Amino acid sequence: MARDLENYMRPDVKSTPFCPGCGHGILMNTILRAIDELHLNMNDMLFVSGIGCAAWIPSPHFNADTLHTLHGRAIAFATGAKMFNPKLTTMVISGDGDLTSIGGNHLIHAARRNTDLTVICANNMIYGMTGGQVASTSPVGSITSTTTEGNIYRPFDLCKLVLAAGASYVARYSVTQPLSLVNAIKKALNVHGFAFIEVLSPCPTQFGRRNQYDSPAEMLKMLSEMCISKEEAEQLSREELRGRIITGEFSDDGI
Amino acid sequence: MHWKETDSILSPGTYYFSGNEAVAEGAIAAGCRYYGGYPITPSSEIMERISVRFGEVNGVFMQMEDEIGSICSMIGAVWAGAKAMTATSGPGFSLMQEAIGYAAITETPLVIIDIQRAGPGTGQSTKVASGDLMQAKWGSHGDYQIIALSPWSVQEMYDLTIEAFNLAEHYRVPVFLMGEEAVGHLRERIDVSATVRICDRRKEPGAPPFGTEADDGVPPMPAFGEGERLLVTGSTHNEFGIRKTDDPVTHSKLVTRINNKILKNREEIIQADAYYLDDAKVVILAYGFTARSALFAVDRLRRDGKEVGLLRLKTMWPFPDHIIREIGGSVKKVFVPEMNRGQIIGEVMKYAGSEVIAYNQTDGEIIHPHRIMEEVRKLV
Repeated sequence: MARDLENYMRPDVKSTPFCPGCGHGILMNTILRAIDELHLNMNDMLFVSGIGCAAWIPSPHFNADTLHTLHGRAIAFATGAKMFNPKLTTMVISGDGDLTSIGGNHLIHAARRNTDLTVICANNMIYGMTGGQVASTSPVGSITSTTTEGNIYRPFDLCKLVLAAGASYVARYSVTQPLSLVNAIKKALNVHGFAFIEVLSPCPTQFGRRNQYDSPAEMLKMLSEMCISKEEAEQLSREELRGRIITGEFSDDGI
Repeated sequence: MHWKETDSILSPGTYYFSGNEAVAEGAIAAGCRYYGGYPITPSSEIMERISVRFGEVNGVFMQMEDEIGSICSMIGAVWAGAKAMTATSGPGFSLMQEAIGYAAITETPLVIIDIQRAGPGTGQSTKVASGDLMQAKWGSHGDYQIIALSPWSVQEMYDLTIEAFNLAEHYRVPVFLMGEEAVGHLRERIDVSATVRICDRRKEPGAPPFGTEADDGVPPMPAFGEGERLLVTGSTHNEFGIRKTDDPVTHSKLVTRINNKILKNREEIIQADAYYLDDAKVVILAYGFTARSALFAVDRLRRDGKEVGLLRLKTMWPFPDHIIREIGGSVKKVFVPEMNRGQIIGEVMKYAGSEVIAYNQTDGEIIHPHRIMEEVRKLV
């Protein structure tokens, strides 16, 4: 992490707990960079997270109020805090399993209410912390510890889901697109309403090693190649879009 | 001091309320300004009244997507500085259990009103029972303590709701008001006094928010946005909130203290009322709505010269074992009528030392005074 962002970290934090090659460190950097560029005061910020690897991005690392909650419930906790004290700039940072599977109901209802929260969903397409089980975001065919023959179910398109539920701002980027990601987080923080960013973050330890990615670098490279912009996607046929990840902003009503 | 007298929000006087309405008014009087709820019979009138009255007192009312959302949003609001409440019944209380454990380990003051109905499962949603008392004590996993109160009148639905908030704040613990359908829907006159004694959160900027020197202490509680840069986590944590998930000493210290802070102070917490105990040979031990029937029965039996007394528990948890030991030592028989298949009787048997007789009724109806009189006549 760039030295100029160290002020945003708790003084006693010397390292992060993420595995080598994990995308969450890059995500952590982009979140803090967005906060830095917006000149936000960490005393006014509340970071809420659930359970899982991504939930450790803010807790204990960020030098602000942090609420590390129950599995799946981060958005519900954040709703109460934000509604009672609207002065708190409230950001939820958690994983795909946490926010969209066990916590899916809270996600769609907060989007429906358009509660003024920024939700960052670190999507590694698998349950990382518990040992690599299939998730509601794992692509069809993924090998996981509970789908050793390949996942047969389709994954959620999280952006479509949250958009349909009524969110003001919805975007998807990969950690291989850090500058776009910083801009998206800045926009999300400025939105008065529910802002949701799906961030594709590779998990070489649990996903990569089971799915023929020989190294974290190769996984990042593949992720980078799979991502195409919304505009590029419009030019492609359904067939050509198979296996691609469409990135960009899908709604910016609140801006 | 964090205790203060405040003016009542309702003008002092006599009101004719249902138990559920009285709970809503008691909460507002105690300073409750966040409510996260989900509809469930027979508690919904509490939420309905709060939704109207919060508009008048600048409270924040959120009807959440489910009971899990309700309790979790409450915990978020409490750490943002609110006094918060929710009300529910059996199925919703079941859904809240995981978060109750979270509140226990993070020492988050909460007030949960459980208007008990006949279970298990969906059971009889409009019928009365007291089937959730052991769930109140043991519902979430791990070792923790809570406080549970048992009201028997509309007046107590008001008074004990205020008491529940005060205990929650004083001990930083979830407190349950274990009402029953019958008292939730009962209408009675209640007196509202001019002032209300309330306990406010103790602040001590810079002090560790999750630990004390003493093994039974209650730390001060800051809020988000006060510049304390809090670390709140449901994982095992040290006194500053830093996760210590593989340190045996930290875990043992934390779990011991959150248990001790209630158990070692139980004589200060516990309230029970005694009737005709001095010369009683048979004592009825009752709580909640059943205690009303029991008092009626005891009054009548006394008129007939029967040496019968009543111990009425207002505090269910922590359990008043010292009172039961004392009574068990001086009476021959303890009669325990309950609207369940025998929950509190197990605790009574642990401590009474005398013969303990059960009367269990689970038909969705209150226990009639005449049933109690009939049963007790067989014992004296």
